[in-house]
Amino acid sequence: MSAALRTGTESFLARFEGLRARLPGDLVARQAAAEAFRSAGLPTVRDEAWKYTSLRPLADNDFREALTSVEGGSLPKIPAIEGPRAVFVDGRLREDLSSLPDTLHFTRFANDPSFGTLSRPDQQPVVALNTMLAEDGAVISVAEGVDAGTLVLVSLAAETEGRSVTFHPRHTIRLAEGAKLTVVELSVGRGRYLHNPVFSIEVASDATLTHIRLQNEAMEAFHLATIYATVQSRGFYDAFTLTLGGQVSRAEFHARLVGPNATVHLNAAQLLGGKQVGDVTTVVVHDAPNCASRQTVKNVLTDKARGVFQGRIEVERIAQKTDGYQMSQALLLSPDAEIDCKPELQIYADDVKCSHGATIGELDDDQLFYLRARGIPEQEARSILIRAFLDDALQSVSHEGAHALLEQAIDGWWQRQSASAA
Amino acid sequence: MLEIKQLSASLEDGKVILNGVDLTVPSGEIHAIMGPNGSGKSTLSYVLSGRDGYEVTGGSATFEGKDLLDMEPEERAAAGLFLAFQYPVELPGVGNANFLRTAFNAQARARGEPELDAVKFLRAAREAMKRLAMPDDMLKRNVNVGFSGGEKKRNEVLQMAMLKPKLAILDETDSGLDIDALKIVADGVNALRGPGFSALVITHYQRLLDYIVPDRVHVLSAGRIIRSGGPELAKELEATGYAPMVADAA
Ligand SMILES: Nc1ncnc2c1ncn2[C@@H]1O[C@H](COP(=O)(O)OP(=O)(O)OP(=O)(O)O)[C@@H](O)[C@H]1O
Ligand SMILES: [Mg+2]
Repeated sequence: MSAALRTGTESFLARFEGLRARLPGDLVARQAAAEAFRSAGLPTVRDEAWKYTSLRPLADNDFREALTSVEGGSLPKIPAIEGPRAVFVDGRLREDLSSLPDTLHFTRFANDPSFGTLSRPDQQPVVALNTMLAEDGAVISVAEGVDAGTLVLVSLAAETEGRSVTFHPRHTIRLAEGAKLTVVELSVGRGRYLHNPVFSIEVASDATLTHIRLQNEAMEAFHLATIYATVQSRGFYDAFTLTLGGQVSRAEFHARLVGPNATVHLNAAQLLGGKQVGDVTTVVVHDAPNCASRQTVKNVLTDKARGVFQGRIEVERIAQKTDGYQMSQALLLSPDAEIDCKPELQIYADDVKCSHGATIGELDDDQLFYLRARGIPEQEARSILIRAFLDDALQSVSHEGAHALLEQAIDGWWQRQSASAA
Repeated sequence: MLEIKQLSASLEDGKVILNGVDLTVPSGEIHAIMGPNGSGKSTLSYVLSGRDGYEVTGGSATFEGKDLLDMEPEERAAAGLFLAFQYPVELPGVGNANFLRTAFNAQARARGEPELDAVKFLRAAREAMKRLAMPDDMLKRNVNVGFSGGEKKRNEVLQMAMLKPKLAILDETDSGLDIDALKIVADGVNALRGPGFSALVITHYQRLLDYIVPDRVHVLSAGRIIRSGGPELAKELEATGYAPMVADAA
């Protein structure tokens, strides 16, 4: 490990030592996570799972603890979307900004500090980091047969003059049989910080969780999210992530299909510029027959941005009639942009249908000319073609409010991009 | 309206395609261009509409007195130039209605005219489609994706009908059309005919010119206009082919 990463690791461990007496919940689990984190350290590019995404820039920061209350501090605006919400500022629930629905049971991790059994701090150092330092988070459950509607889960990073803070929210979402919920997760912020959330998601039989994620963190921020999900018979976990922000970010999914006829969708789009690095890593385990998984991951990369997609599908012996699909498509808008794509299939069953593919391309000159020949100015024509490239991934988001929000965020990205190019 | 003088253009590798084209289309007139495969008809239409990949090595092209070659493609369109593509381009992920409205409003903006809202626009588009015997669902589909050859050509004419250009270049818009569609497309062009509208109709077939009767017919061969005449020239060509004319010109 490099000296910088070692120092980064040590400073997180020191923080844990300083905080441990005040942290809620199971200290044994935290201690075990700290041991795992000490021995693994912050991942380096020599770790197979982090080959394409360096955390060097993260380790170089002198991070501190988030302030307990941000008095008069300026908060970024919450993106406009209707509906009940749980708002976290620097990782802590702000009840005054939240309005929770009565269709579901909501507590905060600070009051109900359980780590659950899905997460693997021993295997994912970033999860060990969260387990060590988690203070708060959303603990959500929806009762059997209840359609709980939509919950907007907001993470705001406050303006923290000269302070680089880190927060490690720990979220749990449990849907009982036949329950339904849409979570629209929004991450925005100002300044330089690390947002390191872990989700444990359980979708029971016939339940559907739609999880729409808009990662629009500050450009200097780090966003390292890990999402564990298990899906029972006929259950459906439908996730879509749009990544726009962060200098280095990763959305890592571990989804297990554990009952027959379960479905998981892990779709994502990343729009990156400057020197941003955005990483989507997925592990889908088919552990029951007749399950389907779908992943369409789109990258639009300009300047010197780098997109990463690592997608692994594991099909266990029992998982006959598995239907797995994975597609990575990248649009490179500059000669210095780069996409790293690593698909992996591990199939132990014999009667399965698994396909994967990857394409890399540029904007099509003939299409661009066709639009311009109809009077559409070049920049607008480009944005139309980029939007068209994203279309089939975005179509998977049927929630109207969330869809509109994603469209706006994409427009905003394009406007910032063309303004900085001009 | 359109004045082309001694226009020469080559590909980026230096291959000469247009070799001193002279052509004037006065306001209100419709001219036809005929000529053998590979003689440069599409290249001329691309150079006039501003596609990348050609180098203009000499001559000029003006549109209502403005230097066409100095304008971006979108500026030419907003000035009133329209090219119906020989091979219309497919745009997956772009809805036809949205595309048309975006184009219409972009041109309106550029000219300082009011934009049309979605409702008004759809009404106008539906009417135009009815006249072109196009089914309504073509507005909902992605631009040209999965359209048959003839449907693509009709979609070009729909765009022309909506955008109401001053000068339309129709590059083999008749190729691939059945007889009924040919009449419908010709009606679409004739509907625009008037003092403020000119057209350059590129075709291989005399038949189209029975429906769109041109004021002049020009023959392009090896990047030059080698003959010009009235509508009877098309009939002559139908009878003799290009060979005698090409031999005369050489
Ligand atoms: N991008 C290009 N690269 C190579 N050759 C080209 C290119 N564009 C045009 N040409 C060549 O230039 C010549 C003129 O082509 P053009 O398409 O203008 O002909 P045309 O008169 O429209 O023919 P047709 O009647 O078959 O449509 C042809 O020989 C063609 O192969
Ligand atoms: Mg041609």
